[in-house]
Amino acid sequence: MLDLDSLHSAEELEIRAVVRRVVDERVRPYVRQWYEDGTVPVRELAVEFGKLGLLGMHLTGYGCAGASAVAYGLACLELEAADSGVRSLVSVQGSLAMYALWRFGSEEQKQRWLPGMAAGELIGCFGLTEPDHGSDPGAMRTRAVRDGADWVLTGGKMWITNAPVADVAVIWASTAEGIRGFAVPTDSPGFTAREIRHKLSLRASSTGEIVLDEVRLPGDAVLPEARGLRAPLSCLTEARYGIVWGALGAARDCLHTAIEYATTREQFGRPIAGFQLTQAKLADMAVELQKGYLLALHLGRTADRGALRPEMVSVGKLNNVREALNIARQCRTILGANGISGEYPVMRHANNLESVLTYEGTSEIHQLVIGERLTGLSAFR
Amino acid sequence: MNIVVLVKQVPDSGAERNLRSDDNTVDRESATNVINEMDEYAIEEALRIQEAHGGEVTVLTMGPERAGESIRKALSMGPDKAVHVVDDALHGSDALATSKVLAAALGTVNPDLILCGAESTDGRVQVMPHMLAERMGIAALTGARKLTVDTNGAGGATLTIERQTEEGYEVVTASTPAVVSVWDTINEPRYPSFKGIMAAKKKPVTTLSLADLGIPAAEVGLAGAYSAVVEHAKRPPRQGGTKVVDEGDGGVKLVEFLASEKFV
Repeated sequence: MLDLDSLHSAEELEIRAVVRRVVDERVRPYVRQWYEDGTVPVRELAVEFGKLGLLGMHLTGYGCAGASAVAYGLACLELEAADSGVRSLVSVQGSLAMYALWRFGSEEQKQRWLPGMAAGELIGCFGLTEPDHGSDPGAMRTRAVRDGADWVLTGGKMWITNAPVADVAVIWASTAEGIRGFAVPTDSPGFTAREIRHKLSLRASSTGEIVLDEVRLPGDAVLPEARGLRAPLSCLTEARYGIVWGALGAARDCLHTAIEYATTREQFGRPIAGFQLTQAKLADMAVELQKGYLLALHLGRTADRGALRPEMVSVGKLNNVREALNIARQCRTILGANGISGEYPVMRHANNLESVLTYEGTSEIHQLVIGERLTGLSAFR
Repeated sequence: MNIVVLVKQVPDSGAERNLRSDDNTVDRESATNVINEMDEYAIEEALRIQEAHGGEVTVLTMGPERAGESIRKALSMGPDKAVHVVDDALHGSDALATSKVLAAALGTVNPDLILCGAESTDGRVQVMPHMLAERMGIAALTGARKLTVDTNGAGGATLTIERQTEEGYEVVTASTPAVVSVWDTINEPRYPSFKGIMAAKKKPVTTLSLADLGIPAAEVGLAGAYSAVVEHAKRPPRQGGTKVVDEGDGGVKLVEFLASEKFV
């Protein structure tokens, strides 16, 4: 409606077109069943995405595509228009696991892991959250202690996307020298990852609980450049940036579905899209969606200038996920009873967005980040 | 192996297509233009041969300025470079003139193998591979659903195709240089990778005019065409169908209808 495509380069639109095509052909026809079954073929998808250059696409070298932040955002949007779980797979692989290794890893670690991860042949996960430490990761209980030249890791991580299928886990642990990160091969003795079942959200995503039972790692498993909590938090900023765009995809899919439904569904002898109350809903949703897009694009252009700050991403995540969830719920009302059916994607998106609302920093934490920026007073540190 | 893929920009066959009211040629200005679908299979085949046997893949396109969009999209799949024949005088060229221009352009690249789609979705005449082969004095292997390349070590190769026919397939062979046209049963074209998309705009595209090719403008274009579309009209909208009411004899009426339309 606002001709937002005119804000993009031909190259950005081409990258979007390819992702849209792959999603249409490889994800959309199957995602409803994956969601229903609570399983997703992570490895097959990763290889498919790897061929495109989708994994770690905004990173450079080591087989990564080296695309712009805006192009990465557009890819996230198209992926999440199919399902937030599928976008999560890509976010965790590229923005969390690969970014952590790319930004903080040694040359050997990068050479060992990144090319295979970019190709989708190796899966990565990112272990920061613990059962008892979500918004406050600094208080984590997972410990890494020196034993001669080795490190020994003990503890547990919770809600770790891709963990059950991962080849390498980037694990954050408390040490005598503060929080450090480790590249942990998942076949290390003492490492186990259990699939978390019975989720009512992000069902087309593999989520795990990691147990670290005296996992012994060589000295060179530690990420040399990561010291302190700032390191994992900078990874989260990367992933959140993708969510700022991705959430818009889920919202767009809901809105398109609702418009299509409202123009064909007749009540009182005419399409419900002709009723003023329906049009008001549709108009408000379209306005919010496009405002969110402009916000995402501004963050993307700022990132490509190298000037993106964490609190900017907090503004984007707070607004876009909150509004996407509102849109999904509103669309549900337009679809009436059909809104809860798996025949339509709306309830699936709404349920997924409930997770997106709280992962990678809850809305409340982002409010506090913005509040601190406005007042100079930290509410939680 | 030096491979050239012929790539044509055509109006999207999935969208509304029109002829121009002034000269009855295909309206390319207002259309959503895409790479001719069958040509993507030719590109894929060329890339697979390159991966197996090395060499270079060149895209050759004849078309207006905006066909450059399709050239860039073709390059994003992986070919190394492109040649774009663009000249205002080419507007309205028929197949004979097109083959003359393409043959001259191919002469500047000197390929071992020329790959193209079996037909374009706008022209649909399927004559281009034959015409090119005739003009260049080389073999034409047309309508391939499978292509095998056996290199002979001296830079050439024996090409073997399975030609799709109504009844089955024929096996046809030829030595390079040759033209091979392919159907969409031959492979599954790859998606352009992000690296490919970003690299495409840096790949060399040589632009050639009619003067560069030494072809007089009078021999091509609308004026040089051996046939012309005199007039055209939109297909009339569909009429409402016939409703058959079943009064115990519905089956008989249906069969009568099908028989009258020669379906049975």
